[in-house]
Amino acid sequence: MSALKPTPATAGSGGPSGSGGDARSERIYAAYARPAWQRWLFTRETAVIALLVGVLVWANVEVPNFDGPLTLYYLFLDLMPILLIALPMTLIIITGEIDLSVASTVVLTSAMTGVLCIDLGWSFGAAALAAIALGAVAGAFNGFLVGYVGLPSLAVTIGTLALYRGIAVGLLGTEAKTGFPDEWTDRVKERIGESSYPQVLIVFGVLAVLFVLLLHFSSFGRGVYEIGLNDEAARFSGVDVARTKLLLFVLAGAVSGLAGVYYTLRYDLARGDSASGLELQVIAAVLLGGVSIFGGRGALHGVVAGVLLIGVITSAMRLQGETENVTTIVIGLLLVASVVTPSLLAWASGRLPSRGRGKSGPGRSDPA
Amino acid sequence: MKFNTRRGTVLVALTLAASTALTACGGGDGDGDGGGGNGSSSITFLPKNLGNPYFDASSTGGERAAEEFGGSFEEVGPTNATPDAQVPFINTAAQQGVGALVVSANDPTALGDALEEARDAGVKVVTFDSDVDPEYRDVFVNQASPEGIAESQIDIIAEQIGEEGEIAILSAAANATNQNTWIELMEEYAAETYPDIEIVETTYGDDDDQTSFDKTAALLQSHPDLKGIVSPTTVGIAAAARYLSTSQYKGQVALTGLGTPNQMREFVEDGTVTAFALWNPEELGYLAAYAAHALVEGDITGEEGDTFEAGDLGEYTVGADGEILLGDPTVFNADNIGDFDF
Repeated sequence: MSALKPTPATAGSGGPSGSGGDARSERIYAAYARPAWQRWLFTRETAVIALLVGVLVWANVEVPNFDGPLTLYYLFLDLMPILLIALPMTLIIITGEIDLSVASTVVLTSAMTGVLCIDLGWSFGAAALAAIALGAVAGAFNGFLVGYVGLPSLAVTIGTLALYRGIAVGLLGTEAKTGFPDEWTDRVKERIGESSYPQVLIVFGVLAVLFVLLLHFSSFGRGVYEIGLNDEAARFSGVDVARTKLLLFVLAGAVSGLAGVYYTLRYDLARGDSASGLELQVIAAVLLGGVSIFGGRGALHGVVAGVLLIGVITSAMRLQGETENVTTIVIGLLLVASVVTPSLLAWASGRLPSRGRGKSGPGRSDPA
Repeated sequence: MKFNTRRGTVLVALTLAASTALTACGGGDGDGDGGGGNGSSSITFLPKNLGNPYFDASSTGGERAAEEFGGSFEEVGPTNATPDAQVPFINTAAQQGVGALVVSANDPTALGDALEEARDAGVKVVTFDSDVDPEYRDVFVNQASPEGIAESQIDIIAEQIGEEGEIAILSAAANATNQNTWIELMEEYAAETYPDIEIVETTYGDDDDQTSFDKTAALLQSHPDLKGIVSPTTVGIAAAARYLSTSQYKGQVALTGLGTPNQMREFVEDGTVTAFALWNPEELGYLAAYAAHALVEGDITGEEGDTFEAGDLGEYTVGADGEILLGDPTVFNADNIGDFDF
C-alpha cells in the first residue's frame, strides 16, 4: 500500500541489495525491491498493530480489572464515534486536506435529531435520516469551498467548526434534549449474543469494509492517493480532483451525522457542549495509524489500530486511576513519536550508501 | 496475485499469534485481579470536573470520612464539566466493582443509563451537589434546600442595595441543574418579597474563570444602572469580584452569591464584597462519604426514615425521594471569614 511513486533506480546506482540487481536493462521500483512479506511487515501500520498488541498484553497482565467482561464493551461504545469518523478522515488526510469540523457536525446533527424527534414529534428513524442528510449537507459545504472554490481546508473547517457548533447551540438554546425512545437507546447498547462486543460494531464493520474497498480497491481510491502525492499530476492523469474532494467531505459529513445520531442515543442526550475535542481525537488516531499529514500515504487497517490503541491506553490508564491529563500527555508523546520516527528512519536510510533513495524527494521517503 | 496470497498468509499468522498471546494472558490472570478493587467500602468520588476548588474541598471531606471508617478513597473526573465526559468514569467504576460511587452530575438524565449499569454491577450510587433523577441513584446528599439558598442570596443582595434597583445574575453553564433551580426560585422570591428589585439579565459564565470575567464586564456595560450582581457559582463570584475590584464599579455595585472563603477572602478584606453564602463543601463530601459507607454496609437502603451516623456531624435521616439534607447555608462576612479554611 505504501509508496505509489515508482522510483526507477537506474543500473548505475548499484541496485537494491539482495534482489538480483545485475539485470541492467530492468527497471527496478524501489518500493518493490524487497520480498512481499518484508514490505508488508516493516510498515508503520504493522508497527502500530504490534504496539496495540503489546499494550493489550500489558493491560491484561498489569491493570486490575482490565480483563473484566465490561472493559471491551465500554471500550467499543466509547470509541465508536472516533472509529466511524476516522474512516472518511483517513481519506481526506490522504488527499492532503483536513476536516476540523467533524465534532461540530456531530453536535449539529445530534441537536437536529433532538429538535425533530423531541420537539416536533418525528419518529426517531426519520429524524436520524434527516440528521445524516444534514451532516452530508454540512460536509458538502466544506467540500464545495475546498474542492471548487479552492480554499485551504484548514481555514474552511476551522470556520465551520465554529459555525456548526454555533448553529447547534442556537437550535437547542439553553436546554438539553433528552428522553429519546427506549427501543432505540437500548438498541445501540445491545451486545452481539453473549459476547462483550456491542452490536454497533457490525455497523462499523460494514462501513469499514466499504471504505477499504473504496480506498484500496477502486480507481477512486487510487485517485485519492494521487491527489495527496501531487494534485497537478493527478489532474493531468484524469482524476477529477475537485469532485473527489467534494465527495470525501460529503462522506465525512454523513458519517459524522451517523456518529451524531449514535452520540444522541448512547447518552440519551442532545447538548450543545457534547463531543468537545472529538475532532482532535480522530485526527490524532488517524496520524498515529500511519497516515501522513502531508498526504499520499496511509492505510485503513493502521488507522483502525491507531484508534484502538488510543482507546486501550485511555481505558487502561483510567482503570489505574490516572487523571485525564496524564493520559493526554502519554497519547501526545506517542503521537509526536509516531510523527518523528519515520523522519528519523528516512534520515537514517538516506545515509545508507547503497540506496538511490535521495531521488524520491524531500519528506516523502518511505520507511517501508 | 502472488503477493496477495503471501500477504494473506502473513496476516493470518499475525492474527493467530496475537490472539493466542491475548487469550493466554487474559485467562491466566483473570481471577487474581478480580478481587483487588472489590473492597466493600472502596469509595470513588466523581465530581463534575477536576481542578475546581469547591470539589477539592468536598473530596477532602470525603477522604477524611473514609479514613475514619477505614475505607479506601479515590477521586476521578473529567477536565470538562460535561455529562458525556463523565460517563466513562462511571463505566470504569462499574468495571472496578467499587463499593460506592459518589457523583455530582453534569446532567440529571444523561448519566442515567451508565449509573444503572453500575448499580447492576453492584455499585452503590450516591449523588451529591447535583442530583440525577431519583430512579438512577440510591440517595442524594443535598447541600441545602433550594429555597434556603435562593432566599439567603436575595436577602443578602437586598440588604446591600437598600431593597431597590436593578440586579443581574451571573450563572454557571446554561444547563446547570442547580443553578437553574435556584435562579427560578430567586426570581419568584424577589418578585414576592422585594417588588422594587428587578432582575434585568441572567448571563452564563460556563463555570469558566475567563468567560465569567468577560460576562461581568459585559453586564456592567449593558446595564449602567446595575446595583448588584448575584453569582450562584463559586467560579462566577470569584471572577466577578476580580473584575469589580479593579474597576470603577468597586464599592458601587454590590456582589454576592455562593463562594468559598479562600477564594473570596481578599475581596471581603478590600471591600469589594460585603457578604456571601455557602454551605461547607467539606462537610458535604464528608456526609456523602458516610452515606455511601452506610449503603455499602447495609445500614441504610435509601428508604425514607432510614437513619445513620455521620461521624462528627451526628445522626442523619433519609428524607423523601432518598434525600439527605446537610443543613442551612452559612453566611460569610468580614467578621467570621477568618474562621474558615476551604
